[in-house]
Amino acid sequence: MKAFDYVELRVPAKPQYVSVIRLAISGLATRVGFLYDEIEDIKIAVSESVTNIVHHAYEGDDGDIVIGCALYIDKIEIMVSDYGNSSFNIEETKMNIGPYKQSDSITQLREGGLGLFLMETLMDEVKVNNEGGVTVFMTKFVKREQVKDHVQTFST
Amino acid sequence: MELNVLFHKEKNKLKVIIEGEVDTFTAPKLRDQLDTIEINPHVFIELELSQVVYMDSTGLGVIVAIYKKVTRQNGNLKLVGLSNRLKRLFAITGLSELMNIEADVKVV
Repeated sequence: MKAFDYVELRVPAKPQYVSVIRLAISGLATRVGFLYDEIEDIKIAVSESVTNIVHHAYEGDDGDIVIGCALYIDKIEIMVSDYGNSSFNIEETKMNIGPYKQSDSITQLREGGLGLFLMETLMDEVKVNNEGGVTVFMTKFVKREQVKDHVQTFST
Repeated sequence: MELNVLFHKEKNKLKVIIEGEVDTFTAPKLRDQLDTIEINPHVFIELELSQVVYMDSTGLGVIVAIYKKVTRQNGNLKLVGLSNRLKRLFAITGLSELMNIEADVKVV
């Protein structure tokens, strides 16, 4: 038997589908055995990556977002990918992201650029690949005690 | 669930109640609604967020924008009713340190 179940969603890259993707991800994360706060973290991280694609991948043209989820006993791996031509320069992006600093002046604050920072903060691992389209790989692990509980409930 | 924005005027305070999910689909509606607020140095705006069930960076961007606009015109804006989830989102992004956010109401 394979070590994981794989679920794939293909959804038009339109803003109205982002909440639908969140709903699906929430259900899948519940299957793996994540708790409320972790599921909410995963929902934000996936929404951030999907939102990036909705805004940048197709520039007005129609296109799809593919979300692949590998469900393991102790972790979830989520791949979010477009088939667009957006060139995503991670080094450049990284310079303009991150949390706000206390020294920032409120009237000068940027109004974006938190997406990648939130993905990295809320997930355990995040990798970005931008050959062809953009693909974001994210992993979140179930805490050990939860895994044990989960396995026990399965075996009874 | 989508987004609802309600306005409640109380003397010189304007209470803005935001309900639902704030993401990339609903954020433009929130931005449009907040843009209708008349800002002057005497205005006191309270954003009531207790019914916000989901928010991500798109929503934070809209709140940063209105906060900047109000601050620039010497008005006052306060965020109230944040759930633990929202408090965490504002804390990890560093916005808690920069914005006027209602302190925890201690339950005795």
